[in-house]
Amino acid sequence: MELHELTIHELHQKLKKREVSSVEATKAVLARIEQVEPHVNAFITVTTDEALKSAEEADKRIAAGEIDTLTGIPVALKDIFLTRGIRTTCGSRILENFVAPYDATSWARLKEHGAVLVGKLNQDEFAMGSSCESSAFGVTRNPWNLECTPGGSSGGSAAAIAARQATATLGTDTGGSIRQPASHCGCVGLKPTYGRVSRYGVIAYASSLDQVGPVTRDVTDCAVLLGAVAGYDPLDSTSVNLPVPDYTKSLVSDVKGVKVGLPKEYYIAGLDPDVKAVMESAIATYSKLGAEFVEISLPHTDYAVATYYLVATAEASSNLARYDGVRFGHRSSAAKSLIEMFAKSRAEGFGPEVKRRIMLGTYALSSGYYDAYYLKAQKVRTLIMQDFLTAFENVDVILTPVAPTPAFRIGEKVNDPLQMYLSDIFTIPVNLAGTCGISVPAGFSTGGLPIGLQLIGRPFGEETILRAAYAFEQATEWHRQKAKI
Amino acid sequence: MKITKAEVEHVARLARLELTEQEVETFTGQMDAILAYVDKLNGLETAGIIPTAHAVPMENAFRQDEVAPSIGIDNALANAPDRADNFFRVPKVIE
Repeated sequence: MELHELTIHELHQKLKKREVSSVEATKAVLARIEQVEPHVNAFITVTTDEALKSAEEADKRIAAGEIDTLTGIPVALKDIFLTRGIRTTCGSRILENFVAPYDATSWARLKEHGAVLVGKLNQDEFAMGSSCESSAFGVTRNPWNLECTPGGSSGGSAAAIAARQATATLGTDTGGSIRQPASHCGCVGLKPTYGRVSRYGVIAYASSLDQVGPVTRDVTDCAVLLGAVAGYDPLDSTSVNLPVPDYTKSLVSDVKGVKVGLPKEYYIAGLDPDVKAVMESAIATYSKLGAEFVEISLPHTDYAVATYYLVATAEASSNLARYDGVRFGHRSSAAKSLIEMFAKSRAEGFGPEVKRRIMLGTYALSSGYYDAYYLKAQKVRTLIMQDFLTAFENVDVILTPVAPTPAFRIGEKVNDPLQMYLSDIFTIPVNLAGTCGISVPAGFSTGGLPIGLQLIGRPFGEETILRAAYAFEQATEWHRQKAKI
Repeated sequence: MKITKAEVEHVARLARLELTEQEVETFTGQMDAILAYVDKLNGLETAGIIPTAHAVPMENAFRQDEVAPSIGIDNALANAPDRADNFFRVPKVIE
């Protein structure tokens, strides 16, 4: 296998045995980026010089015997993570020339391990979208079919893994933005429990929902990367001060007696036939492995998308007030007064999806509508959370589809925001409940597009979903399939 | 109609967002459709339900009030569209 195709754990073995250097691995990844980027457009910025410099430093560390699993590994980050001295755009024209003055904690932690940053990945603008089409830097294409979107908002993170343009990547997930693109691109993607990973230095979208998580080639890499970024951070007051387990200890291929919940609201009549077939075959696999199935109900599922688009947009309208052209970001040159400067800078800098969500959120919070929309949504959120807590009294994990369809075509939903929002119907409830979920490759559509399954765990139950994901992966070959690009 | 053009224009002013005539038109239609969709929440009885602002139960996160390094003035001003000395410069606020 070529160097750019290896997983973290495979490359680590070669680095440790000194069969290859980090510089060689990094050069292989950079060459791969150059080769496929004209077709995929997974990156906003490729950091060639910085990458080669940190690879040399990693090689020095390795020569001195200081190696851990991430030392010298070429990684890429969604362009929502602040990276000191490197442009950070969040997929927006308004931050086109913004150079981050400090590092996000999750990136700082990877850096301490000696990971090598090869670039910043494309995404929907401010992580608002399910297809990468709202990026100001062009759409990312799905490596399995270049006419399809990779999903979103972390579409670049998933496409780069599928096209072998980075060994591992980080994304963020507010309503499915890690799990849905992972499913559409045939990768493993995990959204940790709210509070598990610090969000310091991660550009905010909806603060009560946003979480950082890994997008990787397999479940082992996912466990390694999660372990490296998880944990309390005094700089993020919402990060939770609980010990971080060694997630690689959860990589046990045994689910005998594990109780798997199948929520009847997720296996609906209208489910895409390819997704349905993949889920049936996944259930058969788990059954063979000795898992027990329990039919459960999450009765408020049907209200999740509506709840999300009130809570998330309200928080976004407040978070994005900071883009006013004063301290950073685009400033309009056409304005005569201060108020005009705010309104014109924002009009020129934001794209249509961001404007739409700011408008919706401002409306939901505005005088006379707050109780009817925002407060109502927060109450329904309580009911959705209770659905999960009740279900977890009887089951260990919940098994569902990630998305109702395989990857859709570029342009297909771009003029119908509501249809786009509904593509997150199976992932949004997990964010509202604040718990964890993972997407694992589970099959293909008749058209050859990857389809993932979702395992949902209890709050801070990452070990359980990793174990169930690992058992499935070891029993199947889906994660070994490669996009032909 | 859940929302009128005049309301959309009002919300745009609150959000400090200058919209074109075409954007007002488009957003009025799209927001109307989205608001009609989210209306389904009104079919749920939520009397007595405590609203959730935050998924993980949390108390105030206190810390020691200790002096620590910060990013510094030059770093903080490095991305400023316009600056004068150690300040951000903006158009005149008071005539």
